[in-house]
Amino acid sequence: MIIQQLSIFLENKTGRLTEVTQVLGQAGINLSAFSMAESSDFGIMRVILSDPEKAQHLLTEKGFTVTLSDVVCLRVPNTPGTLSQALLVLSEAGVSIEYMYAFARKDDAALVVIRANDTQRCIDALQSSNLNLVKASEMYDF
Amino acid sequence: MIWNESSECMRPDEMRDLQNKRLRTTVERVYHNSTFYRSRMQEMGVSPMDIETIDDLVKLPFTVKTDLRDQYPFGLFSAPMSEIVRLHASSGTTGKPIVAGYTRKDLGTWSEVMARTFAAGGCSRNDIFQIAYGYGLFTGGLGAHYGAEMLGASVIPISAGNTEKQIQLMTDFGSTALCCTPSYALYLAEAIQEMGVRDKLKLRCGFFGAEPWTEEMRREIENKLKIKAFDIFGLTEIIGPGVAYDCEAQSGMHINEDHFLPEIINPQTLQPVAPGEIGELVFTTITKEGMPVIRYRTKDLTSLTYETCSCGRTSVRMHKIMGRSDDMLIIRGVNVFPSQIESVLLEFGEAAPHYHIFVDRANNTDTFEVHVEVRPENFSDDLSSMLNLRKRIEARIQSVVGIHAQVKLVEPRSIERSTGKAKRVTDNRKLY
Ligand SMILES: [Zn+2]
Repeated sequence: MIIQQLSIFLENKTGRLTEVTQVLGQAGINLSAFSMAESSDFGIMRVILSDPEKAQHLLTEKGFTVTLSDVVCLRVPNTPGTLSQALLVLSEAGVSIEYMYAFARKDDAALVVIRANDTQRCIDALQSSNLNLVKASEMYDF
Repeated sequence: MIWNESSECMRPDEMRDLQNKRLRTTVERVYHNSTFYRSRMQEMGVSPMDIETIDDLVKLPFTVKTDLRDQYPFGLFSAPMSEIVRLHASSGTTGKPIVAGYTRKDLGTWSEVMARTFAAGGCSRNDIFQIAYGYGLFTGGLGAHYGAEMLGASVIPISAGNTEKQIQLMTDFGSTALCCTPSYALYLAEAIQEMGVRDKLKLRCGFFGAEPWTEEMRREIENKLKIKAFDIFGLTEIIGPGVAYDCEAQSGMHINEDHFLPEIINPQTLQPVAPGEIGELVFTTITKEGMPVIRYRTKDLTSLTYETCSCGRTSVRMHKIMGRSDDMLIIRGVNVFPSQIESVLLEFGEAAPHYHIFVDRANNTDTFEVHVEVRPENFSDDLSSMLNLRKRIEARIQSVVGIHAQVKLVEPRSIERSTGKAKRVTDNRKLY
């Protein structure tokens, strides 16, 4: 249930984002999800993609600073209350969330990527409450 | 082991008395024997009578490298040629070389301070010294040679180069101590590794100097050669190697202050800095006869510590050279050395990342920006910890330098690499 996320350090300069997507595109690596966290002069691009290790290698070669981290992906069906339930479960289990971001899928469900201080505890807590997590293998084919 | 306990562990008040006496003798000598120093002193209205203690040093004129070049070859000698028994010269890359003349007593002093150096590294008459510094006009080879002989060690005067022969003799003769430049030591280490002969060697320490080297390089030499690496500091202008030396504590080099009197000055104001502060190292030789130098500006940046060392020596210690005084910046009235920024950045990882200092002026105030490349070990996917890293670097710069710098985290390789000496500073202030 652990999903590897690739994070890339980017200065806020034009063209750098394009360069990242070009490097990945040329290598046939598909992006499933991405988010940007920005400060005034730099940003961190976080992506979920089909071959994180290959992507790390390629981008490092191109001179980017990258890191891999473990995240969890929660499926949130189009019914109210699922997300707040998940947040409650995690806070009761003592898991703190460093950040999260959501993206939509074709099948109407939203996916929420969660970076927790303790990934395994996060997974255990969510699963024991019957919340639906996405496997790494499911992430890349949609 | 301490070679000369009465000098190296002298009580500070006794050392001061000795320095006072020797300074007076030296000033008398140069005043009466060197037209150069006499006219310099007369220009400043100072006579030997004005110099009673080392506190009076500030009344004396400085000497700089160009003075030595202008006086080429023998203009700064304070002894007649009949008393000069040795001549050395620096390999000046530009212009005329710097010439040094030694009397018999000077050579004795030089051997003595080198013997102290080797003893401080744990060596004795039972050691076999391989001297792989160049012999000749350069002071490295002969300086180490006579010091090791005075120690009573067995000396191999192999000189520099010919790596294969170096390793062969090192193996066959069982050399225990190596003297050469740190870069050659690394080169030798790699050759020894490649040949796989380290197990056949008896080498246990090395004395490296004559070029600047980092603490990182020291660890690399120590790990690759499996020896203890000691730093030697010296300048041809002062005597050659042996001005200051590492002890086994390796926590700053002990200055042979009974022969070479150090000062630290602000390179801009030329005034002495507060104790412990960084500034330009200045030396006055107080026992030399052939070519004494008065307040010689080394252009090297360092700081001094007068605390007694854990090795028991009381002599003042100098920090490893932290840069050149020409690199000093004045930002908002405060002296800033690029080496200070480097040392701060070293605290945040194994190696200092590439950085660049930008100074400019906006609204009549200096702006001070430091761009720091983000290395993988400092990178986190969490924005707040990156912002926190930036804040921590800014706080450390503030506490080390004394003024606030705007730190900007930048992508690797975005700072231009220059071959050779990296240019670390862009100063866009139009002040002149
Ligand atoms: Zn010591």
